[in-house]
Amino acid sequence: MATAHGGTSAGTPKTKHPRRAHGSAAPSRTPAAAHDLDLLRRMLLIRRFEERCVELYSAAAIRGFVHLYIGEEAVAVGVHQALDERDAVVSTYREHGHALARGIPPGAVMAEMYGKTTGCSHGRGGSMHLFDADRRFYGGNAIVGGGLPLAAGLALADRLRGEPRVTCCFFGDGAFAEGEFHETANLAALWGLPVLFVCENNLYAMGTALAREHAQTDLAMRAASYGMAAWAVDGMDVHAVEKAARGAVESMRAGSGPHFLEMRTYRFRAHSMYDPDRYRPKDEVEEWKRHDPVTGLADGMRTAGLLDAATLEDLEHQVAEEIDDAVRAAEQAPEEPAEDLLLHVTGRHEEALA
Amino acid sequence: MSTRTRPRAHPDDGSTTYREALREALREALTSDDRVFLMGEDVGRYGGCFGVSLGLLEEFGPERIRDTPLSESAFVGAGIGAALAGLRPVVEIMTVNFSLLALDQILNNAATLRHMSGGQLGVPLVIRMTTGAGRQLAAQHSHSLEGWYAHIPGLRVLAPATIDDARHVLSAALVDPDPVLLFEHGSLYNAAGILDPSVRSVDLDRAAVRREGTDVTVVAYGGCVSKALEAAEELAGEGISAEVVDLRTLRPLDDATFVGSVRRTHRAVVVDEGWRSGSLSAEIESRICEQAFFELDAPVERVCSAEVPIPYARRLEEAALPQPAGIVAAARRVVS
Repeated sequence: MATAHGGTSAGTPKTKHPRRAHGSAAPSRTPAAAHDLDLLRRMLLIRRFEERCVELYSAAAIRGFVHLYIGEEAVAVGVHQALDERDAVVSTYREHGHALARGIPPGAVMAEMYGKTTGCSHGRGGSMHLFDADRRFYGGNAIVGGGLPLAAGLALADRLRGEPRVTCCFFGDGAFAEGEFHETANLAALWGLPVLFVCENNLYAMGTALAREHAQTDLAMRAASYGMAAWAVDGMDVHAVEKAARGAVESMRAGSGPHFLEMRTYRFRAHSMYDPDRYRPKDEVEEWKRHDPVTGLADGMRTAGLLDAATLEDLEHQVAEEIDDAVRAAEQAPEEPAEDLLLHVTGRHEEALA
Repeated sequence: MSTRTRPRAHPDDGSTTYREALREALREALTSDDRVFLMGEDVGRYGGCFGVSLGLLEEFGPERIRDTPLSESAFVGAGIGAALAGLRPVVEIMTVNFSLLALDQILNNAATLRHMSGGQLGVPLVIRMTTGAGRQLAAQHSHSLEGWYAHIPGLRVLAPATIDDARHVLSAALVDPDPVLLFEHGSLYNAAGILDPSVRSVDLDRAAVRREGTDVTVVAYGGCVSKALEAAEELAGEGISAEVVDLRTLRPLDDATFVGSVRRTHRAVVVDEGWRSGSLSAEIESRICEQAFFELDAPVERVCSAEVPIPYARRLEEAALPQPAGIVAAARRVVS
């Protein structure tokens, strides 16, 4: 690998799928097969949703900064396997995958991209600020590392109430360099707060390579120095991600305090739609694409006899329809009226207007 | 008032200090609402950098009187997160100067989340901090930056100037569904007086007329209100009747009260411990001109801090700050 993650096996595809032993006898009816199919469907939804976003952006139907998650789908989907609806999620500006994995309907996310009234942030947020209070999805934070302290506070509230919930906070290797990570890691470890720190190490802080932004590039090791459990995980392998997240969350529900997972992953696309991507060698990108988490899972399932062409085609068809519906609904949804401009600045103002 | 024993500066004469009034407000909030907790640097074992929370740790325990590391960004942000989750945190930052380390959290999260989320997420958080000069603490502990915060939509900015306001402002702040910043002027903590038993609450939407007058309106807030009142007393001796308006809330501004006063007196002096350039005083003067220009009998005067980092040396510090003599001189100019 051109730019290996600390010399580990990160990103190496699982050529030997652990469920190979199931064989080919009616595999799709086993719980493990159903689970894998579900993982694949979730990752495909994110992948195809974002590919559609690229088309819509090129057609000027959606605007602003759009940061794609393509290549990192295994992280969002795998981590969410360990979370349930009582837990909280704090995310970043590259959060389409987190939002969809959290269960925010694609229609609500797409309408937000369009700035429509049916968007999950009523057109105030756009791609970078997706929110869903009912699903405890707290953004959508476009200040690198800005969401980290919020996660500590959400976890503190759960702790003070004696709730066995966890707060999962996604952030990148760039945010690991910010003081907010270090302040929050210290606070969370000091107070034993149930924060699951999920660092999506995709090797670049915008255009700056990991080794050009960090004196010590082993992020899990540095996180461990705060006195919390910390592991590096192959972020291109959804099973590895799920396993690590389940272990961490289970331990945290039992009161073990914060955990840190360094997800070693890669984004296949540029940082944003404006990024000409001059800072990465093309062969490095191509090398990582060979470890695609979506095709990797599909190939593994196929090899294990868990997936046939018809099933995959059917899955693709379902996902495409879901996204078509989302786009259609977003296009048809009403614009936010300009008279509502000053709504949602303060709660009292809304009371006064109501 | 609670009958529990607690530190008192003036145990004999029935008076209460600004510090004690704030402490009593905290005690009341902690007692009446179990969602309330206090968090900040040295609020617990030390008793608060300025002694406001002295004794509360013993009374309410370390879960609710929570000492934090020196990590303004993390503990202010944690306050935001806890507020999002339905608690009512009161976060203390030692001084407004240090709040700049948490400015990202205050501006980009606390003030902004409601709007960015399309109204789904409110942040009912109270942040208390000290502001102002006058204690020879030099530049990094003496600035008055509340006017900067008053620039930001989504925040409510308060500057209690009296012991009655100090006693009752917190309960009003805690029912606000949005982030409230409470600026406590450092020179006021030892100010003492008898609490008015008829005052039960503070109307956060209204400025207060602290002294009625007919010749000139002096608009002030926080630590400058007492200076304005002192100036008004001196002016009264010269036959000039000054009305003193205490803004109390710096955002949103209560235009009606101060513009209404100027419509009666036809003259205005604005006192602001912030620097003149780009200051809150500029905003107030501008609103007076926008709304009552043809009622004015003289240009509005401003008394602000000198355009210098606040110096340590006592004589220089005094010279840098608005003082009663400067307010008197400005009032004389507008009435002449």
